Amino acid sequence: MNAATVFGLLATALVGVGLYGFIVNPQPLRKILAFNVIGSGVFLLFGAIARRGAALGLGGDPVPQALLITGIVVAFSATALAVTVLLRLFDETGSTTLSSGVAPSASEPDPAKARE
Amino acid sequence: MSTLVDLFSYVAIGAGAIFFLAGTVGLLRFPDTLTRLHALTKADNLGLGLVVLGLLPHVAGVLPALKLIAIWLLVLLSGADASQLIARAARRGEPRSRPGP
Amino acid sequence: MIEVFHLVPALLIGALAVYTTVARDTFAATVGFIAYGLMLTVAWVQLHGVDVALTESAIGGGLTGLLLVRASAKLRATEAAARAERPRASTRLAAAILAAAVSAGLAIAVLALPDPAPTLAPEVLANMGPTGVGNPITAVLMAFRATDTLLEAIVLLLALVGVWSLAPDRVWGGRPGPRYNADPDGILAFIARVLPPIGIIVGIYIFWVGADDPGGKFQGATIVAAMWLLVLMAGLTDAPPISRRLLRAGLVAGPVAFIAIGFAGVATAGAFLAYPDGWSKPLILVVEFALMPSLALTLGLIMAGAPERAEAASPREAAP
Repeated sequence: MNAATVFGLLATALVGVGLYGFIVNPQPLRKILAFNVIGSGVFLLFGAIARRGAALGLGGDPVPQALLITGIVVAFSATALAVTVLLRLFDETGSTTLSSGVAPSASEPDPAKARE
Repeated sequence: MSTLVDLFSYVAIGAGAIFFLAGTVGLLRFPDTLTRLHALTKADNLGLGLVVLGLLPHVAGVLPALKLIAIWLLVLLSGADASQLIARAARRGEPRSRPGP
Repeated sequence: MIEVFHLVPALLIGALAVYTTVARDTFAATVGFIAYGLMLTVAWVQLHGVDVALTESAIGGGLTGLLLVRASAKLRATEAAARAERPRASTRLAAAILAAAVSAGLAIAVLALPDPAPTLAPEVLANMGPTGVGNPITAVLMAFRATDTLLEAIVLLLALVGVWSLAPDRVWGGRPGPRYNADPDGILAFIARVLPPIGIIVGIYIFWVGADDPGGKFQGATIVAAMWLLVLMAGLTDAPPISRRLLRAGLVAGPVAFIAIGFAGVATAGAFLAYPDGWSKPLILVVEFALMPSLALTLGLIMAGAPERAEAASPREAAP
């Protein structure tokens, strides 16, 4: 088992763990976090493939590695936007629930609290 | 000569690893935030110093060696400050069971 | 023997991923995510992707982690209500089966990857000479796939526009984030005075060595932005109001320079973002130097968040 195989298999596990968390955790912030775990798993898988492309003294194929840097930055942009949407939702409603069936009493908008 | 240098590296890095281990045991076993911070910062700062010391003979040139030492100094600085901040936050939160939002 | 150095970090990373997923407390989960990002850095080094390791620790672990930790502290009040929404055991089981199936499918794909692996490394090395850049990843980012890098810088800018546009109308054009009031003689103010001079030099150094060694503008810009955030959180300075013209000019300066050089390529070398012979290195340098400050500014302002306060009236600073 070389590094590419070990971390390639780890990457597949990370995608699975992240996917499970993304479905099961009701809080949007936890979903964003789980989505980042999926994303890092995908990146790591791509990184393992880059490592397999090592040739001519390079430790890995530089093209996927460069794309990974781009990917990590774009993932950060999307996360920042998602977190800001969530915080604005909380400011407006005092709740972050995604469930439409929740009784209003369970998450009564409390403007005083929301403005904290 | 190179065997002596290698031996020195093994001893220094091994000792550093033991300090890290001790710090981690303290983090897991000590009863409250302040003592845990104490174990972590004291032991890990020294442990990293020993690891850096063990690596120094193996780097090529003065500049990389200075970079290693700079990394250790930066970790000392940030570790000391971060533990101070955590300790202050922990003391502020003491009367209540949980820090508020 | 060597395998231990792969297996131990791999197991730790897997355990941290599970922890961030199952931890009851969201704040603890987000702190776990930062540790997860830092451990991933070790994986990247072992995969010989040191440039990616720097990006992961700076942006993937550092900035994203800080973003999530801060949000979880603000949303602590919603924790209790969310526990009641936890899905039923049957749903969780179905999700676990689905996740396991996806993982298994991917694992089969990993084990069945073609051998020898396809690689573009020889092509990159063969064509790197004319770019005058020593780091193959920088050559890919700035010459062979410069369009990606241009779009990436613009995506960051669009994310900032998105973040800003989420401000309520009454504070539009105001200052992002709260006004931090830390103890001016406290430890935070101390480190916010001591660290930035060192951090800015480290950031510029990482940017500069990116031409020939691992490093680059995104990693360097992140460090510089982090220094600004530190000064901001220590209360030593206030975030600028987002309506300031100079600020907006600074944000777009880098991408505009990049686009201008791209169009110049149409005239001089026959294609968008093509560099004329012998001009690659200077043009890449111009783009990098224009992009780095804009990126640092963009990253810092994304982290500062949407405007929350109307601009305090200060006669000299009034927006035109």
